[in-house]
Amino acid sequence: MIAATKPRTLAEKLWESHVVHQADDEPDLLYVDLHLTHEATSPQAFDGLRLAGRTVRRADLTLALEDHNVPTDTHRLDDPVSRKQLETLRANCERYGVELYRVGHDRQGIVHVVGPQLGLVQPGMTVVCGDSHTSTHGALGALAFGVGTSDVEHVLATQCLAIDRPRTMAVEFTGRLPAGVGAKDLALALIGEIGTNGGEGHLVEYRGEVVRALSMEARMTLCNMTIEAGARAGMIAPDDTTFAYLAGRPHAPSGERWERAVAHWRGLRTDEGAVFDRAVTVDVSDLTPLVTWGTNPSQVVPLGGTVPDPEEIADPAARQAARRALEYMELSPGTRLRDVPLDVVFLGSCTNGRIEDLRAAAGVLRGRSVASTTRLLVVPGSAQVRRQAEDEGLHEVFLRAGAEWRLPGCSMCLGMNADRLRGGERCASTSNRNYEGRQGARARTHLVSPEVAAASAVAGRLAAPSDLG
Amino acid sequence: MEPFILHVGRAVALRRDNVDTDQIVPGEFCKRVTKTGYDDALFARWRKEPGFVLDRPEHRGASILLAGRDFGIGSSREHAVWALRDGGFAVVVASGFGDIFRRNATNNGLLLVDLPAPEVQSLMELAEKDPDLAVTVDLRQCRITAAGRDWPFAIEPRARRRLLAGEDPIAATLRHADRITAYERARADWLPVLGGHPRAGE
Ligand code: SF4
Repeated sequence: MIAATKPRTLAEKLWESHVVHQADDEPDLLYVDLHLTHEATSPQAFDGLRLAGRTVRRADLTLALEDHNVPTDTHRLDDPVSRKQLETLRANCERYGVELYRVGHDRQGIVHVVGPQLGLVQPGMTVVCGDSHTSTHGALGALAFGVGTSDVEHVLATQCLAIDRPRTMAVEFTGRLPAGVGAKDLALALIGEIGTNGGEGHLVEYRGEVVRALSMEARMTLCNMTIEAGARAGMIAPDDTTFAYLAGRPHAPSGERWERAVAHWRGLRTDEGAVFDRAVTVDVSDLTPLVTWGTNPSQVVPLGGTVPDPEEIADPAARQAARRALEYMELSPGTRLRDVPLDVVFLGSCTNGRIEDLRAAAGVLRGRSVASTTRLLVVPGSAQVRRQAEDEGLHEVFLRAGAEWRLPGCSMCLGMNADRLRGGERCASTSNRNYEGRQGARARTHLVSPEVAAASAVAGRLAAPSDLG
Repeated sequence: MEPFILHVGRAVALRRDNVDTDQIVPGEFCKRVTKTGYDDALFARWRKEPGFVLDRPEHRGASILLAGRDFGIGSSREHAVWALRDGGFAVVVASGFGDIFRRNATNNGLLLVDLPAPEVQSLMELAEKDPDLAVTVDLRQCRITAAGRDWPFAIEPRARRRLLAGEDPIAATLRHADRITAYERARADWLPVLGGHPRAGE
């Protein structure tokens, strides 16, 4: 077979179409079609640019957003340290001519929610952002990964990234997805199976009928969590679901360009006979809603289960980690997850802060109230999601149930702003990381889906919608 | 960037697996706009625990961090690398590293040595028994030596070359400016563009 017709994976096609330069003893130089940036990881990059006397090569392929640090109860920036970081971003964008959606702008929100929503992320593109959950954008059939600040500077200066080619990995979900189980559970099931570094050095492609049947936003949830399995990126081949999602969005092509784009996008899938470096299959037929019990996303069990006993874990390192996790989480082996009481429930983040997530949660909360011992924060992923939810009257469902209806931002996902758990509070969260202290000092986090989050808020303890009377 | 050729220092064992970058630098420290001054941020939460290993007097000044499996997973924050550097560390030895952390480390001249768990274990035991033990990490030879023993390690050749040369990767990319321009000319016409345009920065 000649090289040109060798069957290729989607990841290989995306990679090869962006190589600007390749040499034996150098990493590949990859072109970046869209660079998203935000206040938390960019100040030092712009500073480096300035110190080296360089400039932004393609301000027109760069978009800045204010998300990590912004307050969600007011548009006023009262905290001086946060304000300084936001003002630094504003000054940098002004100086280098980068478009910025500030707090209060009708397009403001979390980078990974805003990009797809505006049609800025399209199949076949490369997307880079100084944020690990950039993997989200792979849902549209893009090659998208997170980088650190030095690489942000590199992309600002050159619109390229010098990077070694990762290996490829196929993840296929088989069987039929039971009702009440969704993308968040798929992601947690995979991480539970392969571990927090099970995807290290790989570009993951999600495949199979289960994935095909997911909505665009559910695909984003799945790709978002890929980083929690340690992989560089997650992606899904574009199909009619993708094209229907994109059509008519502000930055999507139109008319004759749309026709040509779709014709091209249809070719962006793994060829018959293409070989992945690794393949994993997860049967989802018996999947039930999952919840994490520990301090990393692989420490996960069915909501109907109990806290595992570390002494029953064979691997000594995993046993030790489980012991420490239980100590931190203040949980004892054998406790039923459904008996775990909650102080706070957080509905939001780039994992589950989209309109479908809010609809799912509102569906559970309609006509019900949040438990008196529990606080529910609903933080839409973007200003557009917030508007849409209000148009649909979802905010009234939340407010009537006794929840707080917040302004968009990362909020309690990472506890950079004032939305933080305090004094060892316990939280069911739709975000992506349950690390020690992620949501505040001594904070205890249980990762769950939006439906489980909503039911848990009503029950005041971990619960599924079917548990509510 | 300073070239990394050889480092001699004392090692300290952090016996934890899955140390993520939120642990290395909690989120609230990422509000800063500087690249230095993160020594107070390094493992800030754990430092509040009495007897945290890095705070024990016998380990003060250690510059080689020995950790468990999968160090530096999670958030892309480069602050984690800056904080390790500001905390006086030149080398981290562990069994596996987070992908983004690995890139960030190389970009800042912090050497990551990936060794199988039993070998890290043996180094940990030595460092715990004798905190003053001199440990040598030689990037030309790709080996760690201490107490008359040695631990050869493998490292991605391009990362090694970059560390040895201390080269600026942006300058290296800019040497291909003509190729970048040629690539840009051939990009599809439907790809999105934003309103950004060059201003004073030009
Ligand atoms: S919502 Fe959380 S995970 Fe997503 S970008 Fe913000 S801080 Fe990161």
